[in-house]
Amino acid sequence: MSELAVRDLHKSFGPVQVLRGVDLEVEAGTLAAVLGPSGCGKTTLLRVVAGFERADAGTVSIGGRVVTGVPPERRRVGIVPQEGALFPHLDVAGNVGFGLSRERRRSSRVGEVLDLVGLSDFASRMPHELSGGQQQRVALARALAPEPALVLLDEPFSALDSGLRAAVRAEVGRVLRLAGATAVLVTHDQEEALSMAVRVAVMRSGRLVQSGSPAEVYGAPADLGVATFVGDACVLRGTASGDTADCALGRVTLRRPATGAGSVVIRPEQLVVDTDDGRSGVPARVVSNEFYGHDALVHCDLRPAGSEPLVVASRRAGEVQPLAPGDAVRVVVVGSASFFAD
Amino acid sequence: MTGGRRLASRRPPATLLAPATLAALVALLPLGYLVVRALSDGVGGFVDVVARDRTLALVGRSLLLAGVTTAGCLVLGVGLAYLLTRTTFPGRQLVRVLATLPLAIPSYVAAFAWLAAFPRFDGFPASALVLTLCCYPYVLLPVAAALTRTDPATEEVARSLGRNRWQTFRLVTVPEIRPAAAAGALLVALYVLSDFGAVAILRYDVFTRVIYTSYRSSFDPTPAAVLGTLLVALTVLIVWGEHRTRGRAGHSRLGTGSARRHPLVPLRRWTGPAVGAVAAVLSAALLFPLGSLAYWTARGASRQLDVGELVGAGTSTLLVAALGAVVTTALAVPVGVIAARYRGRLGALVEQASYAGHALPGIVVALSLVFFGVRYAYPIYQRTPLLVLAYVVLFLPLAVGAVRSSVAQAPPVLEDVARSLGRTPLGALRDVTLHVAGPGVAAGAALVFLTCMKELPATLLLRPTGMDTLATELWGATEVGEYGRAAPYAALLVLLAALPAVLLGWRRDQLDDGGAT
Repeated sequence: MSELAVRDLHKSFGPVQVLRGVDLEVEAGTLAAVLGPSGCGKTTLLRVVAGFERADAGTVSIGGRVVTGVPPERRRVGIVPQEGALFPHLDVAGNVGFGLSRERRRSSRVGEVLDLVGLSDFASRMPHELSGGQQQRVALARALAPEPALVLLDEPFSALDSGLRAAVRAEVGRVLRLAGATAVLVTHDQEEALSMAVRVAVMRSGRLVQSGSPAEVYGAPADLGVATFVGDACVLRGTASGDTADCALGRVTLRRPATGAGSVVIRPEQLVVDTDDGRSGVPARVVSNEFYGHDALVHCDLRPAGSEPLVVASRRAGEVQPLAPGDAVRVVVVGSASFFAD
Repeated sequence: MTGGRRLASRRPPATLLAPATLAALVALLPLGYLVVRALSDGVGGFVDVVARDRTLALVGRSLLLAGVTTAGCLVLGVGLAYLLTRTTFPGRQLVRVLATLPLAIPSYVAAFAWLAAFPRFDGFPASALVLTLCCYPYVLLPVAAALTRTDPATEEVARSLGRNRWQTFRLVTVPEIRPAAAAGALLVALYVLSDFGAVAILRYDVFTRVIYTSYRSSFDPTPAAVLGTLLVALTVLIVWGEHRTRGRAGHSRLGTGSARRHPLVPLRRWTGPAVGAVAAVLSAALLFPLGSLAYWTARGASRQLDVGELVGAGTSTLLVAALGAVVTTALAVPVGVIAARYRGRLGALVEQASYAGHALPGIVVALSLVFFGVRYAYPIYQRTPLLVLAYVVLFLPLAVGAVRSSVAQAPPVLEDVARSLGRTPLGALRDVTLHVAGPGVAAGAALVFLTCMKELPATLLLRPTGMDTLATELWGATEVGEYGRAAPYAALLVLLAALPAVLLGWRRDQLDDGGAT
């Protein structure tokens, strides 16, 4: 498997600039996620890397070789599209063997890859006889069979129902690691990107706005947009002076020193809400309580009743004693916050 | 779904574009040459023929027949569709299949069956009746499909908002089936304008019959060509008019998932009258022609039947129809693939051109190719290639439509995957798309085959010297009033052309049901 390097990629469709100077590096044998909302250009990026679209400017190199102008069939880039896109007229073995030469199709390669995805007993099934998760695993096996230099996964789990998604995701991650594949996963699901990838690149309006480990992207977002897109966030107005900032939640410590007016960003799990003991924290009133089982989001209004509300959300474990709307509580900030000056 | 997966307006590869362009040129040839011939006496000569009183009366008669037949088909088609999809009509599944069978009887065979039983029943009333009974399935089929496909929720919402059943039908159901009914009505109107066999046998002087007699009785082909051009103009005008009045609302169901089935309206005491009415329609459209055919076949078979001739005509029919289907489908594949996959100006142009046959009545294509053959292609005049060429022009739209829709249904992402696995663009088309689209393309070819077998005017004018098909034998014997001799050919034609049509329709029905449950 080879590394991928994308340099200053530009692409427009008519007047619409879809990619505006994208740089992306993926180390050999690792999985990178490109995370972004619908329409940010991430699918176009994928299609340029695969060779289905030609960039207006910039280069794509795979394993050190620039592939501009190389047609898709000669790039050795495997793709796993949404919903698998298995060939409906071929059985599982026929699908997996599609990219192999005639001799290799008769070798043990098809069986090997099917073993890898745990579907050796399904070789003679037709695609419509498989569940959604199985189809996705066959699609992965089909992409891996010719030992591609790179595998691209385009929202491969979005069509699966939520119960199945986590399991298929884990399985696909395991297979890709076992195969030592260099892979790029395109997704709008931050949970998927954070849990699967070694490196997450956040994309917005045709640009990569931040690239780093999942912990970096979540904990130290590059700007307010990344902060609110990657995970839930409480955003409050505040004034920073050095290591701290003052906001509606009192004085909070900052991850990086700053000065002046701006936005303070705190993750919901950093807010601890408890019944009002009159001592620590900022007084607030519970507005609503969204119970999810494993945890709950408690929305609290920091302002006194009657004035313009200022609501923050706190995530707490599911089993602690429930809070009802109207309860008086206190909110304490744990850990440090991000600050973005205006 | 992530943003914008754009359909690339790439230029189609030359390996597709070259044969597609050839197909487009072939499709345009008769129309082009027809206009050239019609103007051979100059614009003045053209206007002279057009401005004759006889011509105006002809336009009037043609429009009258088309209008009355279309109205009749709308009444029968929508009524039957509603009864057979939305009410507790007894045996509606079976009756729905039976009610579409008249499509399998060529209009000139039905006309023959009526004329043989009532030799004096001809002219306008006979033509309107026979054509209505032949054509109402064109309305029934799309309307029945629309009635099943629409989401019952919209009607239920109307009821919950205080509308009664009739108001709901008028305000919700009618707008939902209107596009389907309009499309069906357009098909009927075009069919009637281009039909030659029925009006010729029933002796009603509309365009097609007058064009034929004018060609037959005169050495000057220009008046026939002028009338042909006029008929094409009329056809185009009707298509354009229908297109203009079509509503702009989207009529597909919003949201995903398959629709629930509609609850059935109980007929109760109306069951008797409804069954009676449907039985009357089916008797007139199906039982009567088949019965008349059987009677005359039995009579003719005992005295005048030449089995060798019958077998010969049957073999020729199958042979030329098979040739027509193979050549038409082969030319339709590149056009259909371009139409489905490459949305460029060039692709659109080629596709539009291939649809020329839609606006060209068989008699007009035949006439134009006769003139063309005599002057420029004498070696193939009255030989098989020219007849096959006529079939290509007439039925290319059928085949292109089938190829286009089945290729469009094969997801383009499959081609992307195939290319990422090492296939060239044409390799991906061959190994994936054409496999996935295969059944649809084959169904299109079968449809062309059946339609070629039933084709009358072009076969009549262009058949190779000495060759007779079932249709031309039937025509020849009917013209001289030998109904007993004609009947076996009609019977065999119905058997050969109808059976596969029924099987095709039956299979499609089962697929539809499978999809709905």
